[in-house]
This record gives sequence, structure tokens and C-alpha cells, in this order.
Amino acid sequence: MTIDTSIVEEGEELARPSQAPATGVVTAAPRRSSRGPRKFLFLRNSKAITGMAILGFFLLIAVIGPYIAPYDPSARSDDILQPPSWEHWFGTTHLGQDVFSQILVGTRGVIVVGFVAGILATTIGVIVGVTAGYVGGLGDESLSVLANVFLVIPQLPLIILIAGQLPTVGGVTVALVIAITGWAWGARVLRAQTLSLRRRDFVEAARANGERTWRIITAEILPNLTAIIAAGFVGTVAFAVLSLITLSFIGIGITGEWNWGTVLYQAQSQLALQRGAWWWFVPAGLCIALLGMSLTLINFGIDEFVNPRLRSTGLNAKSLRKRGIRPRIGFTPVVYEAKEDRS
Amino acid sequence: MRFFLRRFAFYAITFWAAVTINFLIPRLLPGDPVSALIAMNQGRISTDAIEALRTLFGLDQDVSLWQQYVDYWALLLRGELGISFTYFPTPVTEVIQQALPWTIGLVGIATILSFTIGMLIGTGIGWRRGTWADSLLPISTFFSSVPYFWLALIAISVFSVTLGWFPASGSYDRSLVPTWSWEFIGSVIYYGFLPAMTIVISSIAGWILGMRNMMVTVSSEDYVTVAQAKGLSERAVMFGYAARNAVLPQVSSFALSLGFIVGGTLVMEIVFSYQGIGYFLFTAVAAKDYPLMQGIFLVITLAVLFANIVADFVYGVLDPRTRQEG
Amino acid sequence: MTLTSPLGHTQKLTSASDPVLEIKNLSVDYGYGYDDDPVHVLRQVSLTLGRGEVLGLAGESGCGKSTLAYAATRLLPPPGLITGGEVHFTDRDGRTTDILRLNDAQLRASRWQDLAIVFQGAMNSLNPVFRIGRQIADGIRAHRPEVSQKEALERSAELLELVGISPDRLRSYPHQLSGGMRQRVMIAMALALDPQVLIMDEPTTALDVVMQRQIVEQIAELRERLGFSVIFITHDVSLLIEIADRIAIMYAGEIVEDAAALDVYQRPRHPYSSALLHSFPPLRGPRRELTGIPGSPPDLSRLGAGCPFRDRCAFAFDACAKVNPELVFPNVPGDDPRRSVACLRHDPAAVRAVGEEPLPVPAELSAR
Repeated sequence: MTIDTSIVEEGEELARPSQAPATGVVTAAPRRSSRGPRKFLFLRNSKAITGMAILGFFLLIAVIGPYIAPYDPSARSDDILQPPSWEHWFGTTHLGQDVFSQILVGTRGVIVVGFVAGILATTIGVIVGVTAGYVGGLGDESLSVLANVFLVIPQLPLIILIAGQLPTVGGVTVALVIAITGWAWGARVLRAQTLSLRRRDFVEAARANGERTWRIITAEILPNLTAIIAAGFVGTVAFAVLSLITLSFIGIGITGEWNWGTVLYQAQSQLALQRGAWWWFVPAGLCIALLGMSLTLINFGIDEFVNPRLRSTGLNAKSLRKRGIRPRIGFTPVVYEAKEDRS
Repeated sequence: MRFFLRRFAFYAITFWAAVTINFLIPRLLPGDPVSALIAMNQGRISTDAIEALRTLFGLDQDVSLWQQYVDYWALLLRGELGISFTYFPTPVTEVIQQALPWTIGLVGIATILSFTIGMLIGTGIGWRRGTWADSLLPISTFFSSVPYFWLALIAISVFSVTLGWFPASGSYDRSLVPTWSWEFIGSVIYYGFLPAMTIVISSIAGWILGMRNMMVTVSSEDYVTVAQAKGLSERAVMFGYAARNAVLPQVSSFALSLGFIVGGTLVMEIVFSYQGIGYFLFTAVAAKDYPLMQGIFLVITLAVLFANIVADFVYGVLDPRTRQEG
Repeated sequence: MTLTSPLGHTQKLTSASDPVLEIKNLSVDYGYGYDDDPVHVLRQVSLTLGRGEVLGLAGESGCGKSTLAYAATRLLPPPGLITGGEVHFTDRDGRTTDILRLNDAQLRASRWQDLAIVFQGAMNSLNPVFRIGRQIADGIRAHRPEVSQKEALERSAELLELVGISPDRLRSYPHQLSGGMRQRVMIAMALALDPQVLIMDEPTTALDVVMQRQIVEQIAELRERLGFSVIFITHDVSLLIEIADRIAIMYAGEIVEDAAALDVYQRPRHPYSSALLHSFPPLRGPRRELTGIPGSPPDLSRLGAGCPFRDRCAFAFDACAKVNPELVFPNVPGDDPRRSVACLRHDPAAVRAVGEEPLPVPAELSAR
């Protein structure tokens, strides 16, 4: 979620043709056409593809996890604290529960809370951010202060405070609490971008034409914010997943429901560390890391799509090195490759 | 001047908002857990303390909400946060006073260390693009996705349980008496090393990435090319021109993400049983010690606000444009 | 660089007998050629700057005039790539070095000392977080480590006075200065080490007309006093006539005409130069009709054989699609022997070589 507004502003020009694929195709040189319209350019980004693939895998598990789990995750057995084996791929707990089944079943809770919180927080963020940026003046000031207040107040302790005082905590409640505390970052970025869009010619023109405010916002401004909204959503999902797992890990949370955090909570409270039962806490952590990484990768993809300057030349580093090129500021590389076509 | 006045107003509003949230939460949420706790400890709590708790948690139904709010502020301004049930009958303020220095020491030092090292590495990677340094990015992505506390679990299992290099829990050797002796300080550093390193490793990735991206953006500014055209040394251009400007947005995002970082590091204290604010928050949650939870939240918010003011001041020093009159 | 004149014998093309900067066959690509095919933004460009001369470089946006200046100093940002050529700098003592073959340390040492640049858009050319004085002084100290910070700041104050800024501005930050002042600061900064060549990349474009005048006059006056050579880049040809001794016109990454300033203005030989002159009002002198140039510059990434200007040229003929014209002596009797033009109307030999019938030079391009 490291979209800073200066980057976004410049990428704006690049992002715009995606709304008008027709013009993009016309002006593009013939040799570009084989690559498809710009709309799908995002999907050519290898980071984005990797991220999408991993996320897709977890979404699938979230749907089918409970059906393919080999054991009931809560069922006890006599295989106590067994390391990974063919019967128990991720080993067993102190009660003989199958860790692999717990992870499979727990995926759904993580994904549902993550996405519900992400959608809610993004919605609040868009409403507050776009309104603040578009309205300007006093309305902007107060909404910005509101967003900044929520940014500065430490979110996790606030979530703990709210969730800790609730008599019963369900998945949706947790998602709601996370959304209420986690919308501010997206709102802040969106406000900055809306502010700069509002001064653009095409928005000024629409206003001069007497278009209704609602139409200007939905037809002119929102489409240009797509990349940032998407990035904000992905970032919020990551934040929500992390918050949920942290809450579960410290023992606040959804009772009777499995998620990766509750697995870690049990591992911690049953001294898995001291007993050397690494299989108890390693898989859940790796799943969190993988999911988090997939979201980060998607965001990298969006970032690089919006700001091509960030694209790493690492992939081509080898071919550049072979030609003796080191791209850097202030020292243009010199290679004597040009054909001497003039005397 | 105007910049600082605006910021000051903002912090005042934030502080007010945090206190008000703290005031409203127990009143808005269903259920009345505190009455039960008071009833349980009937006869052991002084009437004064009960009165304070009633004000803090809004048990006085016959008093108007506004009056409750005024009483609440009056209580806070006298520095009263009620008494802790877990550490009965110690006042919440005393519990926090004991814990706070540990957290500030551990989290403060580790975060500043992480920020500084992250800025340096990010500067290097952003400046020399297309070299081996770019391959550090995927690794740092991994570490930025892992929850702090899980990394703490791994660190304990590797360095404490398996290798036995560092203690797995606590903040100093319990056989020592806390004094300003070298032995005690050494013990604090020894116990704090693993938690601090875990905080640094898990939070550094974000700084590296942010600084790298900003370096890439700033490097294409004209003044960097001018600096190269002047024939300044590579170091002077990289630090004085590129990094010096790229660090500005990092300082403001440092201020903004501090709340997030602090949240993560508090959980870390739980894993390491490090006797800071986070550990007490955890015990308060487990024991449903609401006065302590509320008090800790207020103090954490205050601490983050204070750190924000410091970050703002640093920003003002670093960027002459904010000091502009008018 | 040698040219084949229509008469068949070769002659040396130097505007001055004492060159300070000679660019030979400089080629530049944009893109390293893995994502998109590289665009050849400069193709075998040659240009000579005489000592003490003011050389104007003009052309539409995107014709490569700034690229030429940045490539010659190796300041072109990624993905710029110099693919060939030489840039010879001749020192006061007659020592010649090829800038493109210097290593990093040598290049650093040479920069600012031998050749300084005033960049386009002074808004972003100054580091926003350092005081003006520090930014002038650090360039001095980088090349003269024996100079103390105090002496460097004293020198900076002198430089500011030289460009008409009060020395107490040394302690100002860039955001406290107006656009015109910042541009002057940039000029002062460029003069810090008494360079022999000053490249000015559209130094006046962002300024209002009054400020433009002042700055141009100031540059002319400073040149008189300090004797440096200038490459002055602009799209405003009429401005060049005021200040330049010689003008080179660029089009699509190539130089199409190179002649004394007055010759370009009164006797343009290339159809593009002629068209360019008719798209700006002259600052002084008789009024003339403004016509503009039809069409737009070609896409450099899709440049085929033939003259790149042919689609917009009123005098194009069949041969123009077949052969890319070279710089030759104009086919007009009595012209200054040092001037050159890249147009097939002036080069019957090249036209015959591809089996076409040469056409005569039109009256518009052979004014006397």
C-alpha cells in the first residue's frame, strides 16, 4: 500500500487509455497490436499474475476446504503431538487434532473476514476520500482530520479494545470492527488523487457543461481512481487478515470457529515452542505469509502498472550486463553498436 | 509557524477523539461487564474507587450523558484511570508506569533502528537499479507479509529453544536487582536483543520498499541531474540530493504508520513475555480487566501522538518549505 | 567531418578555426531493446562549436535538440543509450579529450569545469531543501577541494551579483525565489568554475517575455565579458537570431541546416528552416506572414528510408522517398562556403545515384 500521490499523478496519463481502448488501439503502432489492448496490460505483469494465482488458490481452499479436510478439525484422537506423517500431513496437536484439517477449514474464516472488511473499509474510504477531495473547503478539512485521526490512533489496540468489550464476537463483527478502524489510509490517498483530478481539464470541462455532480463523480472521477481503489482494497484485505489473526492469536475472537490465528493461539498457549512441536505453528504462519505476499504482489503489479518507472530492470539485468549497459542517472551508458550508415 | 499551529490543533483534536472513543465504547457496546466485576470484589474496593469506575464505564444511569462526559474528563485530568482487577488493588496508572519504560525502550529503539537501516538499504537499492540489489526485494516482501508475532515464534524456536543463544522470555535476569549497574543493563540488552531484532526484521521491509520507490521517483528529478552535471561525488549526489529529498515522504509515513507498528510490536511482547504495555494489555484482555485495557489504550494513543509530534518536528527541520511564513 | 560539395571536391566544415567542442556522428537510442524496439532519437549527428561562439540549436519539440545536448554531456537519463560517435572537447591549452570515452572519475572532474549546463525549467533544477548558497558552493568545492566553505560562499555571492541578484539571497531556499530569479541562479551556478562551454537548454521558455529579454541580454553580456562558448537550445528561432552567431536546425533527430545566424534568417536553404522561420514572429525587423508547418513530426520509432521531412515538405519529389539526404554545401552559387544543408534539392549527385532526375532549387530556398 505504498502508493504515494506524486507517483499516482504521473501514472494518470497512462492509466487513462484503459477507459478508452478504442483510441488506444488506433494510435498504437501495428507492432504493438499483437499484445492486446492496454486493458490487459496489468495481467501481463508477472508479479500480478503470481499474486493472483496464489490468491486464487486460497479462495479455492476457502470454498472447498471444509469438504476436502481429511479429519474433523476439533476431533480428538490418540495420536498426540505427532510430527508430520502420511496420516497427518501437518502433524497433530496436544489433543490429537489434525493440524492440516484445521488449516484447511480455517482458510474460509480468514478469507471471509478479510474480504468483508476489505469491501466495507474500501467503501467507507471511497465515500470519505472522494467527497473530501471533490467538495473541498471546510468539508474537506473536517473529513481529512477525521481520516488522519483514525490513522494516528493505533488500530490494533483500538480493535482489541472494542472486540474485547463485546460479549460475543462473530466473524462479521470482527470484520466490521476492522473496517471501522481501517478505512482511513485509503481515504487519504483517494482524497489526494481526487483533488488533483478535480483540477484536470476534462473534469473542469464537464463541470462547465453543467453536468450534475453525481454524474461527474461516477463517470469522470471514479473510473480514473480504479487503480488506487483496487490497491487500497488489496491493502485493506491484507491488513484485515493480519488483524483477525492477531486478534485470534491473543485469544479475542471468534469462539468455536477455526482460523489460522486460533491454530497459532492454541500452539502458543499449549507451549508448542517449548515442546518442539514446530509443525503446529509453522504451516499457519507460512499460509499467512503466502496470502500476504500474494496481496503485496498484486499491489506491486498495480503500482508498476500505474507508474512504469518503478518497473525493475532486474529481469533483463543479464542481457544489459552482457552489452555493458548500466542504467543510471547522470552517466548515460555508451556502447559502440550503431551501424555506420553514413560516411 | 502556521504549519506547527495546524499540526498542534490536529493533535489536540486527535487526543480529544481518542478520549471520546474511550468514553463512548463501554457506553455503546451491549452488556455491562464491569458491574459484575465490582460485585465480585464487593467489600474489597474502596467507595472512592467504585465511584471512579462508575464514572469511567458509565454505570451511573441517572446522570445525563453530558455530565458523565464532564466527570470523565475531570477524572482523567486528575490522572485517574481506575484500579486494575488483575493486579488488584493497584491503580491502573501504576501498572502502566511500571510497564511503559520497557515498551518505549524496546519498541522505540527497535523502530528507530529499523527505520534508519531501512532508509539506508532502500537508498542503495533505489539508486543502483538493475543490479543484484533488486533481488533483495522479494525477500523483503516475504518479511513484510509475515505477522510480527509469528516471526517472534520462529525466532524463539530457533535461537532460544534449539540453539539456546538467547532467553525465550522476560526482560532481564530475575536474579538481578534492577539498578543502574552494568550487569543489569547488560542483562536488559541480552534479553531485549531477540525481540528487538524480530521487530527490526519484520518492519524493515516496508521502509526498504517505500524508500526504494521514492528514490526511483526522485532520481529522475532535474536537480539530481544538475547535481551530476556539477560533477559532485556519487555520495554527495546520492545522499545530499536524491536520498535527502526521498526521505521526506518517509518521515511523514513513519508518523502515520507508527500506530500500526506499535500494534504489531505489542503482540510481540506477548510472545516474548516482555513486561511492557503489550504484555499487560494481553493479560488484561485475558482477565477481562476493562479499566486496565482502557487505560493502556489511552496511553498507547498518547505515546503515538507524542511520537507523531516528534516526527512532525523532524519533518519541519528537514523540509524548509514547511517553515515558510504566511 | 568532411562533406562532398556538389562540385565534387571535399572541404572542411568548421565555422571557427578553433573548435572547443566537436560532436561527431553521435547516435542515441531510447530504450535498451528488450521491451520495445529502441527508438533512434539521434542518428549520426555532427556539430562543431567554435571557441567563443554562440551556437543556436533550434527545432520543434521532440526533434532531439535537448537529447543532443544531454547525450554530448552523458547526462541523458535512462533509458537513453549512446550507441556511437565521439564528442571531442578541446581545452584552452589545446589538449583534446573524447567525453564519451572518459571514465566516471575523469568525467566528474571535467564536468562543470569544462562544460556547464543551464537546464530547462529552473523550477525543478534546484534542490528544494538546500539554500542557494550551498548549492552554488558545493559545485565549487567538488572541483577545488582546497577552497574553504567560506571562500566558496564568497565566490557564490560574487556570482549572484554577476547575474543581478543581491548576495543576501545566498541564504534563501529555492521556493523563496521567483521563476526568473531561479533561472538567474542557475546561470550563476553554471558560471561558478568559469567553464569554456555553456549549454543552455531552453533557459527562457518558462518565463514571461520581459524576463526572457533580460536573461538573453544578460547571457550575451556575460559572454562578452567572460568569453565562454554557448550552445543555446530553443524552439524560438527569432530569439536565436538575437543572440546566436550560428544556427543549426534539427529535425527528427538530425541536423538539416547549419549556417551563420543571419544566413539562416535571411537565406534559409532547407524547406524546414524556411517553414520554421515563418511560424514565429520576428522580435525586430520587418513583419512577415506567419504560416506554420502543416502536419506533425514523424514517429521516430517508425522512420523508414528517405527524407523524414518529405510528408510535410512543399518541395518534395520522388527521390525524397528513396534516399535520406546528407549535409552538403547548398546548391546556390555565392553562398557562404561554411554553411551546409541536408536537402535533395541541393544534392543532385545523390538523386542521380538512385536513378532519379534531380529538380532545381526552388526560388524560396535560393534567396540571395
